[in-house]
Amino acid sequence: MSNVTIRHVHKHYADFHAVKGISLEIKDKEFVVLVGPSGCGKTTTLRMVAGLETITEGDIMIGNKIVNELPPMDRDIAMVFQNYALYPHMTIYDNMAFGLKMRKFDKAEIAKRVNNAADILDIKEHLSRKPRMLSGGQRQRVALGRAIVRNPKVFLFDEPLSNLDAKLRVQMRVELKKLHQRLATTSIYVTHDQVEAMTLGDRVVVMKDGLIQQVGEPLELYNNPANKYVAGFIGSPAMNFAETVIEQVGNAVYATNPTMKIRVPEQIAARMGPHKGKPATLGIRPEDLHMATGADPEELSFDAVVEVAEQLGSEIILDLKAGGGAMVASVEPTVKVKPQQKIRLGINPRGLRFFDAATEAAI
Amino acid sequence: MIEGAIWRRWVFFRLPMAIFLIFLLFPFYWMIITTFRPDGELYIPWYRANYKPFWTWNPTTAHLKYLFGETTFAIWMWNTTFIAVVATAISLFCGVLAGYALSRLNFRGAALLGTTIFVTYLVPQTLLFIPLSEIIRAYSLGDTPWSLILSYPTFLIPFCTWLMMGYFKSVPKELEECARIDGATRWQAMLYIIIPVAVPGILSAMIFAFTLSWNEFIYALVFLSSPEQKTVPVGVISELVRGDVFFWGPLMAGALFGSIPVAIAYSFFVEQYVSGVTGSVKG
Repeated sequence: MSNVTIRHVHKHYADFHAVKGISLEIKDKEFVVLVGPSGCGKTTTLRMVAGLETITEGDIMIGNKIVNELPPMDRDIAMVFQNYALYPHMTIYDNMAFGLKMRKFDKAEIAKRVNNAADILDIKEHLSRKPRMLSGGQRQRVALGRAIVRNPKVFLFDEPLSNLDAKLRVQMRVELKKLHQRLATTSIYVTHDQVEAMTLGDRVVVMKDGLIQQVGEPLELYNNPANKYVAGFIGSPAMNFAETVIEQVGNAVYATNPTMKIRVPEQIAARMGPHKGKPATLGIRPEDLHMATGADPEELSFDAVVEVAEQLGSEIILDLKAGGGAMVASVEPTVKVKPQQKIRLGINPRGLRFFDAATEAAI
Repeated sequence: MIEGAIWRRWVFFRLPMAIFLIFLLFPFYWMIITTFRPDGELYIPWYRANYKPFWTWNPTTAHLKYLFGETTFAIWMWNTTFIAVVATAISLFCGVLAGYALSRLNFRGAALLGTTIFVTYLVPQTLLFIPLSEIIRAYSLGDTPWSLILSYPTFLIPFCTWLMMGYFKSVPKELEECARIDGATRWQAMLYIIIPVAVPGILSAMIFAFTLSWNEFIYALVFLSSPEQKTVPVGVISELVRGDVFFWGPLMAGALFGSIPVAIAYSFFVEQYVSGVTGSVKG
């Protein structure tokens, strides 16, 4: 079993509280992605699991064994770094064999494992070369190969795709996913890119300021963000927010501001009790907005002014002035609009989210 | 390279380069020509009609014969080599370890210690030789090679440490972290990964240290007295300048042979040396 348990872990640097008591249970064979902006503590957490940083407080367990005091070499983990960290003076073969040599594997076994990994990663013809003769993508494969030959309990990835260009990144993302499906090794992956997080993770952990904001499957984070931060972080283009006040008018509950008056859907309205008369943030994803037609009720649409229309072929991204700020809508490619044109946008009521204006927690 | 018209290349690149080269190489030329010029030509006044300072038609090996036959020059060469090699080895060993520790082990006061070490390098030898000679006498090391082998590291170790510190800082720390995750201890990571990667830095520290100890003058002059213990720089000066008489031929021959090992050392490692001083490591 190679589950990883992080329990109430803190990390203090001299005058900086980098990780503020996080707890996380990572199941055997699970691919968990830690995502968040730089400085959120995700890399520090990963390095504590690796044993490269000491743990100020709390416990980390790998396979039900507390590893707080174990040196990196005894934790049976492998790590892939952002800058690949290939040993520049060794051939690709020796790079991949180094970990096995250190663990005193016999030569035949080393050769078998390295060749096997090179086959999987399609780098067989480069085995006798030095790292500097390889392209970025090939180097990243070697770094992956170096991790998989050891057959460790846990893979740790520290932004492994950040140094690659956009096209290669997408390609390697798919390969990483395939690799995990094939090897089924417990993996912890750190990234600041929410697309990587959503596509790779069985579960995604959104972090900010040293705290976990939400843990969940990608779609769960997308559909039911726990707070405004997660809502804004997950999804591209990001969710639109508008500051409103919750008002009861007759039987219905409305979220209003000077430019919008949106009816709160029944199932959310039922939870609005304590928020009535108070400010709340309305959230709506660009893909839940569309050009309003006669069928759209007044109370589920609002006026907007087009600033820029980005034609992407499959959709048009509209940058708008609306709801007292900037908004983005993703509409059908057949829509014809010009800059400065006044339009009316309809809302898909299932896409409406509300967040407490003070705590930012979802309502 | 200068772009553009040919004359621009000549004026801004080739001509200044040529002047610079002549300026640098002329002393060596003078050394060589003086070595092979007979005494009769060497001591001729400049206003004589047949005064030809830059060339000789009567080359002689008399000065070489004198240098190797009448003085203990071969022994000086051996002394200098022995002292320089051992002092360099000691200093490199300490400098590499200290440089690694100061740049990689985050212990309290590492930065301060690093600066302090560099400051000790700045203390002039002309001040240090006085207390050092007391120590040399106290341990009865005077007039032995060990007086120099043990006193050269006082300036070589700070120098090597400082140079290696800078180089180790340019080696990505992920290399070492990766090695430690791969199953290496801190020592193994240093031995198998960091030191091989730092070879250009180590080589340039080695060349510098070797040259500094090969050319060192003051300590060698003060701590050594008998002719058969002397190093080349001191031996040549003390045995070939008698009173106010300069034996220019043997003197220049000694200087020529004294500079050959250093020139060889440089030319062997020049590429690593350049990347050691200027370059960094990419993973």
